Amino acid sequence: MAEQTVNDQEGQDSDQQKESLPSQLLQEIAIPILAVFTALVLGAIVIYAAGGNPILAFQGLAEGAFGSKQALSETLVWSSPYIFAGLAVALAFKGGLFNIGAEGQLAAGAIVGAWVGYALPGVLGVNIPTPLHIFLELGLGSLAGFIWGAIPGWLKAKTGGHEVINTIMMNYIALLLSSFLLNGPMKDRSPYNVIAQTPEITASARIPRIFAGYRLHWGVVLALLMAILVWWLLWKTTVGFEIRSVGSNPNASRYAGINITWIMVLTMGLSGLLAGLAGAVEVAGLNYYHTFSFNVGYGFDSIAVALLGKNHPLGVVLAALLFGAMRNGATRMQFLTQVPVDIISVIQALILLFVAADAIVRWVYHVKAPREELVLTRGWGH
Amino acid sequence: MNSEVVLEARGITKHFPGILANDHIDFDLRKGEIHALLGENGAGKTTLMNILYGLYQPDAGELYVKGRRFTTHHPSESIRAGIGMVHQHFMLVPVFTVAENIMLGAEISRYGIVNHRYAEEKIRRLSKEYGLAVEPTALVKDLPVGVQQRVEIVKALYRQADILILDEPTAVLTPQEVEELFIVMRRLVERGKSIVFITHKLKEVMAVVDRITVLRRGRVVGSTVPAKTDEMQLAEMMVGRKVILQVEKGLAHPGQLVLQVEDLVVEDDRGATVVDHLSLEVCSGEILGIAGVQGNGQTELVEALSGLREAVSGQVIFGDQDMTRKSPRRRIETGLSHIPEDRRKHGLVLTFPVADNLMLCTYYKPPFAKGIVLQEAIIEEQAQKLVQQFDIRTPSIFVPTEKLSGGNQQKVIVAREFSRPVTLLLASQPTRGLDVGSIEYIHQKVIEMRDEGAAVLLVSAELDEIMALSDRIAVMYKGKIVATMTAAAATREELGLLMAGGTVAGEEAPPTAINA
Repeated sequence: MAEQTVNDQEGQDSDQQKESLPSQLLQEIAIPILAVFTALVLGAIVIYAAGGNPILAFQGLAEGAFGSKQALSETLVWSSPYIFAGLAVALAFKGGLFNIGAEGQLAAGAIVGAWVGYALPGVLGVNIPTPLHIFLELGLGSLAGFIWGAIPGWLKAKTGGHEVINTIMMNYIALLLSSFLLNGPMKDRSPYNVIAQTPEITASARIPRIFAGYRLHWGVVLALLMAILVWWLLWKTTVGFEIRSVGSNPNASRYAGINITWIMVLTMGLSGLLAGLAGAVEVAGLNYYHTFSFNVGYGFDSIAVALLGKNHPLGVVLAALLFGAMRNGATRMQFLTQVPVDIISVIQALILLFVAADAIVRWVYHVKAPREELVLTRGWGH
Repeated sequence: MNSEVVLEARGITKHFPGILANDHIDFDLRKGEIHALLGENGAGKTTLMNILYGLYQPDAGELYVKGRRFTTHHPSESIRAGIGMVHQHFMLVPVFTVAENIMLGAEISRYGIVNHRYAEEKIRRLSKEYGLAVEPTALVKDLPVGVQQRVEIVKALYRQADILILDEPTAVLTPQEVEELFIVMRRLVERGKSIVFITHKLKEVMAVVDRITVLRRGRVVGSTVPAKTDEMQLAEMMVGRKVILQVEKGLAHPGQLVLQVEDLVVEDDRGATVVDHLSLEVCSGEILGIAGVQGNGQTELVEALSGLREAVSGQVIFGDQDMTRKSPRRRIETGLSHIPEDRRKHGLVLTFPVADNLMLCTYYKPPFAKGIVLQEAIIEEQAQKLVQQFDIRTPSIFVPTEKLSGGNQQKVIVAREFSRPVTLLLASQPTRGLDVGSIEYIHQKVIEMRDEGAAVLLVSAELDEIMALSDRIAVMYKGKIVATMTAAAATREELGLLMAGGTVAGEEAPPTAINA
């Protein structure tokens, strides 16, 4: 009899375990979805208050984002840098580090990628075959991002200098250096050019498009592959184990023999690499040159993308698609309803607000989920 | 004795995913008594108290305070009803003064200006009345743990609590501080307060309480009074089977020298020298116990031995290899196992699943990894094996380790550290905060390790533990080893005296004589 009761209890226990799995997943995605919903509702109110018609505006937004093959292609093209840079920020978060420097790492990747794209064949005095040229372009571009990220990582690990401050500093350096290079040594010298941009990259350095007539390029596929690769790295490899371990408990990681200095440098480096790739792919796949006005804040938006995606690669991809769709659809929305595209920035800011301050969302919708602590960044120093 | 019931719980039931933490618990507390709630970790004691304190809602059951039905959704409601709680981990702001901490949330102010004077006077009055010596203007961070606990008690009294819940109050105290706490507790009940005393330590229960209620796996297994029971019987009620309170161990057979510490100097975080030209030796097959009041450099010594803290000078030698400047991983790979003092800070990544914590030191090695790819199937298989072998109570190996009770968390560490070849075991407070069943288990395992030929360095604040396990005992005081002796030759009194900085006439046995 006694044994029977014990068995019954165990059966009950494991049932509860099973039941709680889907509900756990639901809780995971409930907050991001409600955050987006709330932001859209508030966005609608803002549009209405400004004298626009929110229904028409959202209709235009949806049409512009998904209404045609062309629109879909553009949405994917817009999403690509968000995926790369969102993964960059998410990876750093997993390692317990707040990388605000995606913007600068992206700029570093773009400028190096552009140089490899237009100048390297001339420097070497040979024609580089297309696959190798693209490989060098993306490889060196992401290496530049890696270095730009690894420096604040190293400063954090060795001196305790906070990565938030140092990545912001690195942003200034990268952006001002870009400005100097694009206005000076790297400026397109052709007589027609008056703005800060490089010459076009050679044909061998261009990432091919997937379908004729659409701007959709293989770089977008690379972004999706990177999401899978990051997922694999984080959860299936010893390196990912170390990154997540240092991110959750650096003390225990040190105790377990993990070299946390190296892991911090590596985490920030890899984060920078992904952001750098975002910049290089935009140059190689879309624009074919680099211009200063390219630095429009992908790096900062990607923080929102990472948070909305709960720092999970799949979540990041979905959040990036949403951000890409909104950016892409905004033009059509403005054309149809005269609601300015800037409303999208308002909605994106609201999404970030509600995801970061999820207590608001929980309170509004009475979501009683076990609070998962969002560790944005650890204390000063160690 | 006054028999008015001031607090009553009827049929309290609380589910957590995978666990029935409280199963129809009945419990009452009379005015002027100390009622012990005794049980192993995970028996549901803390859950029950958190329900009383308004931190959790029960799934079923009712609470009565002074005869009236009482529902609480927030600690502030419980405080208003006169219930005060002293948590195991203190809720104090270190950089505030005693008075500021006590006032916090109950400030007396005028035009937004806090009236410190009033609070300080009230605290002095309370501290005099109950014999709780605290200085209101002292900074909490400068106070020893025992005094911080007194601050917590005064804080509850300041809020006019007459029902006090003390959650494992002795876990962090030295033996002397425990004595002082008991005097305070008796004084409190003499003045009409009532106390729920949550603990798993049998000696303390027998020493201080009026009534005892024993919980096991969420259920009340019995109530009794100290006069009608003894430690053996209580232990059996708690654990559900006969328990050996005395550790059984055979003679040590010391082999070759495994750990040699030579003239070691270590500083703490503030740069003060806390390990002061210390030397010691541990051979394979023996347990060297380090006795000492906490804060005499034991923590830093162990950290220096495990590679977590850099030594200023001196040498740490494992076998014939100088490890003084080597990384923690190098030391682990030469056969170091370490049960860290603070299991939540150093021992576990609490957000990780149990399986990952079981592999925390070996995840990168074959067969658990091929190149950089983790071999999940093998990791899970090994985790299942360890969970069974070490009797870790967990719903599954995929549950975040933070969901486990303290005893089971410690078992995860022990399972991990004992499941690889061990030549040197550093066991620092290996049973702190654990229940009888887990302590018994861990003691047995440590002795097994010794018998299999490991050298064991045991650091513990519990003199009983040192005396029960050690083959040799070294007393540490102010960063130095002030005496070394065989366990057979040691007495409690002598050790206590040495720990307090005294000297024993005719002491100083040369360490070589003990090895022979």
